[in-house]
Amino acid sequence: MGLFDIFRQNRKKNTATLAKERLQILIAHEHASGNGLNAPDYLPQLRNEIMEVIRKYVAVDDKSVNVNLEKGDDFDVLELNITLPDRQ
Amino acid sequence: MSRVIVVTSGKGGVGKTTTSAAFSAGLASKGYKTAVIDFDVGLRNLDLIMGVERRVVYDFVNVINGEATLRQALIKDKRVDNLYILPASQTRDKDALTEEGVENVINDLKDDGFDYIICDSPAGIEKGAFMALYFADEAIIVTNPEVSSVRDSDRILGILQSKSRAAEEGNVVKEHLVITRYSPERVDSGDMISLDDIVEILSVPLLGVIPESGSVLQASNSGIPVIMDKESRAGQAYMDIVGRFLGEKIEHRFLDVEKQGFFKKLFG
Ligand SMILES: Nc1ncnc2c1ncn2[C@@H]1O[C@H](COP(=O)(O)OP(=O)(O)O)[C@@H](O)[C@H]1O
Ligand SMILES: [Mg+2]
Repeated sequence: MGLFDIFRQNRKKNTATLAKERLQILIAHEHASGNGLNAPDYLPQLRNEIMEVIRKYVAVDDKSVNVNLEKGDDFDVLELNITLPDRQ
Repeated sequence: MSRVIVVTSGKGGVGKTTTSAAFSAGLASKGYKTAVIDFDVGLRNLDLIMGVERRVVYDFVNVINGEATLRQALIKDKRVDNLYILPASQTRDKDALTEEGVENVINDLKDDGFDYIICDSPAGIEKGAFMALYFADEAIIVTNPEVSSVRDSDRILGILQSKSRAAEEGNVVKEHLVITRYSPERVDSGDMISLDDIVEILSVPLLGVIPESGSVLQASNSGIPVIMDKESRAGQAYMDIVGRFLGEKIEHRFLDVEKQGFFKKLFG
């Protein structure tokens, strides 16, 4: 094998290795964020109860409360977004 | 006891239908009563790969809608005993496959004494793919050594283990990995992900590797599942897969670049 062949071999090796590394990072990330699939099943219930509490104080509709769970490496973040009605 | 096995991948064109045809023909040739169902509503193809396209009268959706009995719709293979094909419908109605309807058909097949029910999934993660995997006891994940295929396989694995009936009941669907269109030459030269890397990334037990092979196209041209081509590497690799699935100890083959023998070099 000549010198140039060795260079080519190395360059080529990189794309398969690169593919593996990219996949590992991506898949780890997708798993961590639950793939949008593994959201805990108490979320809908939680959302409903939160809605009830808020409605005691402000008139909000269904769409204005958004509950989202993000999984991190060490801890999960429960994000609650409430859009209050316009002030007239 | 019957087992329901889904052949799935997420991505299209990776070899699900080729694998479904080969795997079901292989199981049947070993004496197991096997039905293979095409879930690709609107894009029927399994019939063509199995060479029964001219014998389709009724289809899966006809049975679900009560327009035909299961017995009428099942096509008995003429070459392999114990092998039956249930073709997909060519309807464009996406909601043709209902959960209840699919469950009834699967239960009827079980009652009819089928040992294996193979579900050939369509691509994607829509209704058809979901219905194909929902009742599965086991899954064959078909993956090509290529980034988007590996990623989609991971995604379908997530769906399988969270959305299937087994998952809903707190059970796991048994997973098997089949890597198809594998080219040892290209792995060797470094521009194709190796099977070890794919297994590591997906962490699913490897059932087998099917080499990239011209005989697959020849088989589909002729409407004969490639597993019946005993001469071809792909056919042999599929037969190994069936054996391994049934618990036989069989070494993996066709993983390395074929050494060109002296005579082959000379006359090949
Ligand atoms: N091992 C293989 N070698 C060469 N071609 C293959 C192999 N497996 C599948 N193919 C080809 O790939 C294409 C897609 O296969 P198919 O089984 O229809 O995929 P899917 O059902 O996943 O869409 C077909 O043209 C088929 O002939
Ligand atoms: Mg297909």
